[in-house]
Amino acid sequence: MFFLLFTEREKLNQRFNSENLFNTDCLLVLFILFYFAIQSTFKMEQKEQYVNEIKAIRQMMEQSSRFLSLSGLSGIMIGFYAVVGAFLANYLIHNQVKPGSSLVSQLFLLAVAILILSLVTVVVLTYRKTIRDGHKIWNKGTRMLILNLTVPLISGGILISIFITRGFFETVAPAMLVFYGLALVNAAKFTRQEIYYMGLCQIIIGIIAALIPEYSLIFWALGFGAIHIIYGSIMHFRYDHNTKTKKS
Amino acid sequence: MKELFQQLNKAFDNKIRLGVMSVISVNRSATFNELKELLDLTDGNLASHIKKLEELDYITVHKSFFGRKPNTVYEITSEGRDAFELHLKALEAILNKQ
Repeated sequence: MFFLLFTEREKLNQRFNSENLFNTDCLLVLFILFYFAIQSTFKMEQKEQYVNEIKAIRQMMEQSSRFLSLSGLSGIMIGFYAVVGAFLANYLIHNQVKPGSSLVSQLFLLAVAILILSLVTVVVLTYRKTIRDGHKIWNKGTRMLILNLTVPLISGGILISIFITRGFFETVAPAMLVFYGLALVNAAKFTRQEIYYMGLCQIIIGIIAALIPEYSLIFWALGFGAIHIIYGSIMHFRYDHNTKTKKS
Repeated sequence: MKELFQQLNKAFDNKIRLGVMSVISVNRSATFNELKELLDLTDGNLASHIKKLEELDYITVHKSFFGRKPNTVYEITSEGRDAFELHLKALEAILNKQ
């Protein structure tokens, strides 16, 4: 390209007998500038096209295999339920309110109530978010997410129930944390990556809770309460918040 | 640089074929209706692109019936996976060079 330009210039110079040297040089400079301008915009456009292509591939891969509309707000809310529940449990343990029924069955009822309330909150808020995002609720990602969550959770639930009937109460809080953490780590492949790290945190807290059984209720509140609130807010501000500002 | 562009697979120039390959490469398999919904396409449009991928031996088709409804399942072949990975690598290399 440049070689051609220079030979052209030589020819032009010869033709004009170096009288119009200034003019041909000017032309050459303009021509080079023009050439680079065209080439760089062409390159930019092509680059953008490839970036868009990769974005489209990624989006398709995620949309077809993951459930991405998990509500961060519901995580924050179930975190608060857990903290309130832990305070109530602490109160029940230290002051026997109703002498008629046993402490174990009261705590069990409390735990079941928190579980049901949390499940309803997550399902309702996530359902609303999916509708708002315009996604399908029942896709491959949802099915795999639920399947991978329930297997460790149900096996853990059965094991913990057996522990309770046998009277191994100190294993309940750590086992709940560890099984919940394993369920999250297992299911994270089918939803947002944050869930994976949340699961790891729960497992670590569960193991520490097993080492220090006298504070296991505090660790339970830390795992099910604080960790949910922290990761719920991270997901809320990372995904939900953004979409809201984009739409408005 | 030119060599990199030559590594891009012509079969994946089209956005729909690229979409089908992305879905099928991540999931073990996908049905015709799943692909149609995900890519937001009409029957005929998707069928013609799938036919092309089938001719290239990048995907395989299993046809069965759910009662009376036909259920067509697509899977990626090892050739298809290699071709798609090569294409992605070439795309990546081009973007890194520029």
